Order: sequence, then structure tokens, then C-alpha cells
Amino acid sequence: MLNDVTFGQYYPTRSFVHNMDPRAKIVFMIAYIVAIFVADNFLALAAVTLFLIVAVLFSRVPFGRVLRSVKMILFLILFTAVLNLFFYSSGGEEHMIWQWKFLSLSWESVVNMIFLALRLFLLVMGTSVLTLTTTPVALTDGIESLLTPLKWIRVPVHELALIMSIALRFIPTLMDETNRIVAAQKARGADFESGGLIKRAKAVVPILIPLLVSAFRRAEDLGDAMDARCYSGAKGRTKYKKLVFTWRDLLGLLLLGALIAGVVLFNIYFGGKFGIIDYFMQ
Amino acid sequence: MRIVAKGLTYTYNPKSPFASQALKGVDIVIEEGEFFGIIGHTGSGKSTFVQHLNALIRLTGGSLTVGDYDLADKKCKFLELRSKVGMVFQYPEYQLFAETVEKDVMFGLKNFHKEMKEEEMRTAVREALERVDLNYEEVKDKSPFELSGGQRRRVAIAGVIVTRPEILILDEPAAGLDPLGKKEIMQLLHAIHGSWCKTVIIVSHDMDEISENCTRAAVFSEGKVVMEDTPAAIFCRSDELVSLGLDIPVTAKCARLLKERGIEVQTDFTCDDFIGRVLALWKERGKADAQ
Repeated sequence: MLNDVTFGQYYPTRSFVHNMDPRAKIVFMIAYIVAIFVADNFLALAAVTLFLIVAVLFSRVPFGRVLRSVKMILFLILFTAVLNLFFYSSGGEEHMIWQWKFLSLSWESVVNMIFLALRLFLLVMGTSVLTLTTTPVALTDGIESLLTPLKWIRVPVHELALIMSIALRFIPTLMDETNRIVAAQKARGADFESGGLIKRAKAVVPILIPLLVSAFRRAEDLGDAMDARCYSGAKGRTKYKKLVFTWRDLLGLLLLGALIAGVVLFNIYFGGKFGIIDYFMQ
Repeated sequence: MRIVAKGLTYTYNPKSPFASQALKGVDIVIEEGEFFGIIGHTGSGKSTFVQHLNALIRLTGGSLTVGDYDLADKKCKFLELRSKVGMVFQYPEYQLFAETVEKDVMFGLKNFHKEMKEEEMRTAVREALERVDLNYEEVKDKSPFELSGGQRRRVAIAGVIVTRPEILILDEPAAGLDPLGKKEIMQLLHAIHGSWCKTVIIVSHDMDEISENCTRAAVFSEGKVVMEDTPAAIFCRSDELVSLGLDIPVTAKCARLLKERGIEVQTDFTCDDFIGRVLALWKERGKADAQ
């Protein structure tokens, strides 16, 4: 029942992208998202797509695996696309296809829908390249390091990062625990698959309570273990795995700079996304 | 109910980099009335196998019948099967959830026998709690979380046997208990075996538990059954067990040490029998020395 929940979808292999500094990867991802939203015509978006394909090739993660992460939000993409198709109304009269009361369909809205769907698609693909190639622990290390400046205004960055990595660390453990409890209650005849909404919600109680109790038990144990080893917060702590910025990250940065420059240039020279309508109409 | 498995296979996370084949063709027959032991390492497939027996894991390869239930048949009545094959997981006390002990034990009854009257259920709960040597009046209105660890485990076992399953499966029933607690739990299982459940199957890696209690046992290794025999016969092959990386009972260890010194002890590897035979040998040698 819980086997299809993929959290921390790290794909274990060795590759150029896997070996990059997590900080660099996080910065790349943010810049990549900016590039997706800056891109204002199909050529620029094609450049972004090309960049993504190159990144996936270098990560040695099978394309199918990356595509699978889109499957989860496919419904969301379709839903927003359909809404946009009928409610987008900035199109001029000349390209109108169909109109009924407040619903309208124009070539502009078709283009807009395709554009939006592509953007969402690229967004999810791009972010999953990050999560597929970076372990959750490396990710929190990277975030902690990037947020270091906030320490100057007394934000407890280290503690926040620790909370996050503990939470991530315990997800698989609690997932196992959940599966075990589900199996135990099923063995006592519990039925989680039939009945209406209320019946199903009630059926969850025999899972949630033992799970909650065990989460508290584990938290207490972990707290004791940390105390026993004299954990006392961020002060004077050293790291087991130091993050190092290498030539890989520099190369990635250069590529990314080229991408953003390219996207901006395409935007300037080829105009907005609706240019394509005039191109085909002529 | 007789359990017959033929060529049982199972793979976790098929078609992914995490795929692991847990069962690689398991053949086993467990007769009605046995006190059966299943031995094996973590990851040897023993837990996966027992979870097949009440269809918590659906059959994907091979064949398996439990009594008249054919698990390969999609129309098999799985809920009915689960009421006849009770399963107590490792650390069962962590599955308790209801506000009172009585409600928790009743959970299984309410799921399996919706037609039963409240009064009948109460009687069944009382009998189950008394069977696991708990005082019904004393514990029924307590929260399960108020009880001690050992008591909670008993409540959890009562919650499974309350439906009077014909086969009772327990995964490491004595894990995490002190020696006295272990002994009490095993005594309890023998009592249940005699009166409530025709067949009892325990999964364990404590070899002493197996040699002391089981009528027959199977050794799992890397998804296969490598031995299936009486404990006495299995522990005669203690060299093979050691080469599989498994532990052997204290009695078998002693027998091996004695053998190194040239003394052969014929025993079934239960503690009482072993001590009796060693003492007999000792007396004989004393007599021989005296002459």
C-alpha cells in the first residue's frame, strides 16, 4: 500500500552530476528554475530543454526514471493546462476559435497552455535531477552551508539543518514501521481498502496511534544517545564530509551561465511566445 | 490445516535497482499439529515466507495451499484465511492502539466476526486474556500503555488468538525478553498449542528455543530451505549450520567440544536430555576408572 511512495528518490550510481558539490547543484537548480521562467519563447524553452537533456545524460540516470517523477503530478499539469485553455482571455479577437459566456478558446490560449505545461514539466524534471543525484543528507549539508550567512542574524541554521536531516533519516525507518504495523493489523482482519471516506479514515487510527507512540519512543532514545555522546549544538563542531568546490562545479556554472545568456538573447531576438501564431498564420 | 508450498518465489521491488529476490523456490510441507520452527539469518527469506501463509504478501510465483485455501486462486477468501491463520509479529506490543485492553483484544473479533454479539465477544476476550495468564478483571479497563512490556506482549498475543486460529505463527516471540520471560512465553505457547491452535509455527534465530521446543524445523538460507527435519537431526549437522553462518544450541556446542576430546554423546539436543546423557557417561567413566 505504501510501496509506491517514493521519498528521497536517490538513484545510486556514479556520475559527473552525482559527484558535484550539493551547494553547486542547489544553486544550479535555482538558476535553472529562473531560466525556465525567464524563457519567453519556444526557442528559449528548447534551449532549456536541451540543457536538461544534457544534465540527465551526464547524471547517468535512465530517462524513464526521471519521467516517472512527472507521473505523480501529471494530473496537476493537465488540470492547470485545461483551466488555462478556457480561462485565458488576453487573446485578441482575431485569433478567437470559440466563445461561450465567460469561456473562450483562442489560439493565444492554446499557445499559452502548451507553454505552461512545458514549463511545469521542465520544472519537475529539473528538480528531480537534483533529488535523484543527491542523497538527502548531502542536500541538507548543502542547504546548511548555503544558509550560513543567516547565522549572523542569529538564525539557528545548524539546528534547523539537524532537524531536517533527522527527519529525513527517520522517513525510511518510520516507513518500515508503518508497513509492519499495517501488516500486523491486517493480520487481525483490518481492512484498509474498502468502504467510504469516513470508514477509511477510521481504519487509519490503528496505524497512526502505534506509529505516533513509536515515533516518540525513537525521539527519546535518539535524544538520550545524543546526550550520552555530549552533543551540544553547533559550537566547535567539525564535519565528517567537507563540501569541496571542484572543476566539475566550475564547468557546470559556466554551462549554466551560457544557458541563461542564451535564453536572454533568444528572448530579445525572437520576441514573445505568441510570435509563433503569426508565423503559422501568414 | 496442512501447509504445502512448492517452488515459492518472491522479489521485493521488482524491476528497479533495489530489486532483491527474497525467496528462490521454497518447497516445504508443514503438517497439522506440529510445533514448527523456522530458522535463518536476517534476510534469509523466513519472514517473507511466513507472511505468505496468511496472504499478507500475495503469491507471485510457485504454489501454496493452506488447508483447503489455494493462495494462487484470486477468488480465495483472504479475510477468512486470515482468521484461521493468526500471525504475531516481532515486538507485537507495538501494534496496540485502543484505549483499553479489552477493546484492543476485541479488534480482531470485530473485523472477522461482524455478526457476533457484544456479550459473546466479551466472553471470547475474557477467555483469550485468561489463556495468556492475565487477570481479565484487572487489566480489561486499563490502557495498554499502562502495562509492563511483558504484559503488553501477552495482550498482543491474546489479540491474535482471540479468533481461535487453527495455525498460529509467531515471529521471534521471545525477542527482547529476559531469560525468565522467554521461558514463560515458550510455556505459554506450548499451552496454546495443546488447547487453542492445532499448529504453532515460530520464526527464530535463537537455536536453543528451537531445539527445546519444536517437533520439526526448517533452515532457511538465501531464500531457500536447506534443511527440513527434527531439531535433533538438524543439530547433528551442526558443522553445516556453522558454515552457513548460523548459531547452534548450547548443547550442540558442548557436544562438539566433547567430540574434539573423543567423547561421543548421542542426544536430541534438548537441555534435559543432554545433561542426563552426559551424567550417565560420566558415571560410566567413573566406574571404569575405579576398576
